[in-house]
Amino acid sequence: MKEFKGRVIAAGEVTAEAVVTKQGFNTLASMQMMFIQSKTKCVDQSNPDLYKKLLQGKALCLPQTIGSTTGGMFLYSAVKAAKAPACLLFSKEIDSLAAAGAVLADVWSDDAKMPTIDKLGDAFLDYVQDGDKITVKADGTVIVER
Amino acid sequence: MELTKEQQAILNGEKGETMAKVMKTLVQYGEVFGAEKMVPVTSDYGHLVLSFGLTFLGPVFDLYQKLIDEGCLAGQKFTCDPRPYDKNVPQSLLQKAVAKFVFGKQTRYEAQLAKLGLLGEDSYTCTCYLDEIGNTPKKGDVLSWAESSAVVYANSVLGARCNRNSGIIELFGSIAGFVPYFGLLTDEGRKADWIVELQTTKCPDAQILGSAIGMKVMEDVPYVKGLDRYLGTELTDAAKTYLKDFGAATASNGAVGLYHIDNLTPEAKEQGESLIKENAKVYIIDDAELQRVKDGYPCIWKNKDATPKMCFLGCPHMTLEQLKDWTDKIEAALGDAGNEKVLVPTVFTASTGVIKEFNKTPYADRLKKTGVIVSYICPLMFMDNPLWQGQPVITSSNKLRTYTTARFYNNDEILRIITKEGK
Repeated sequence: MKEFKGRVIAAGEVTAEAVVTKQGFNTLASMQMMFIQSKTKCVDQSNPDLYKKLLQGKALCLPQTIGSTTGGMFLYSAVKAAKAPACLLFSKEIDSLAAAGAVLADVWSDDAKMPTIDKLGDAFLDYVQDGDKITVKADGTVIVER
Repeated sequence: MELTKEQQAILNGEKGETMAKVMKTLVQYGEVFGAEKMVPVTSDYGHLVLSFGLTFLGPVFDLYQKLIDEGCLAGQKFTCDPRPYDKNVPQSLLQKAVAKFVFGKQTRYEAQLAKLGLLGEDSYTCTCYLDEIGNTPKKGDVLSWAESSAVVYANSVLGARCNRNSGIIELFGSIAGFVPYFGLLTDEGRKADWIVELQTTKCPDAQILGSAIGMKVMEDVPYVKGLDRYLGTELTDAAKTYLKDFGAATASNGAVGLYHIDNLTPEAKEQGESLIKENAKVYIIDDAELQRVKDGYPCIWKNKDATPKMCFLGCPHMTLEQLKDWTDKIEAALGDAGNEKVLVPTVFTASTGVIKEFNKTPYADRLKKTGVIVSYICPLMFMDNPLWQGQPVITSSNKLRTYTTARFYNNDEILRIITKEGK
């Protein structure tokens, strides 16, 4: 078990299984087919870490998001439709698109949340692996167990 | 964040609960990045990224309806990304039927856009900054835009100031009339984290160079040296067209919101290497590096040896000069090959404004005779239809490649495929 501490972007507590990408997460390229899938799976052909893997309900561990500026809007819609990852855990400082998604979900959604933590450090992304049990605390503590 | 009295009053609910939530969103978003204040949006127009009435984006349309119902409309008119659908683009009856379902909220959404502040019926394009559309910010203007390719162009080529805002956030900035001050709005945020040294033996393909840089620097600011050898030191139409496609690739294959080209783009011309941060990282690009990047693009067609069923060019939308240039090239290549029409159904996409200008020239009839179709759509969204997934579509757009199952070829390869080989 290892413990990491980051900055809280959207508060919340959750336990979920990790899914990890070492490269930037292209939100549109990854999630654009989520609404016709029974559960959201990554369809980004350029991301071998995640391609075809389940995202919905997982603790998505990533450096940052990249790509289209629809990113935040897709994350917001995913949260509202209960199709989103359980939480977003960033090793680096969050980017403007993911921040928008997390803030929009936080402010405009009463019934669904997506806890979001950033600045967990490179050591977090080096350590965490697909399938690890992740526990997110409201103060930004992230516990990784395998 | 320190707010003015007016801003604080809005946050406190003096203009209603919905406007207070708009304000709260902007404040919370800005505070993530350490913004200490809001600054006024100074451009004439905004630009929105969401142009498609995807049935499944219901939560966004519900939010927009709330804004309309509460009178929270944009204080500035805005342009918007391209429409997703055109019945004139070749497709099967089944694909048409599915598109009708996928974009089932298009009519409702366009009505919402009109109420929120859309500039006009011809305002749907990702290249809003072209003369034919007229949403061209001035140097130093503060924008509340989204659309990654338009933001990176406005920042880099026009010298305007805009963060890589998400959809919804950009509309909130146009409604409030101000945006949080951080990142690419600040002098410090516009300094380069990377030096890119170009050591190629010829002018690199804009799409592959942009892709290589985007994947390397992610959201950092690159300062590119050596490209002026090929593009010159003035922002001619040809240079701007190159940078349009280059920038779109940096922003879609990475997350670049601003680049500087030594001796060419406005801030690089004014400030030179003083724009480069101390200890900036260095990325050297030569012919082999570009080949490595291109060879790394996956092909995920169901049948990798399939004959292409469709070719899309124009993501981002083509300029008038690109339409003319491709007309000349296709005519000549068809003549060489002894063919009259393109061998692969081919669609060029451009803004309505550019298409209208193109149609006034003799090139329009010449292109039509080659079998190429010109459309106003967003090819990316057009392909956001499950029946297009895995289909053998080809493109020379690195942005389209990134977001769809389209396969990338450079312009020379595309020309050969559509005029001579058919596969």
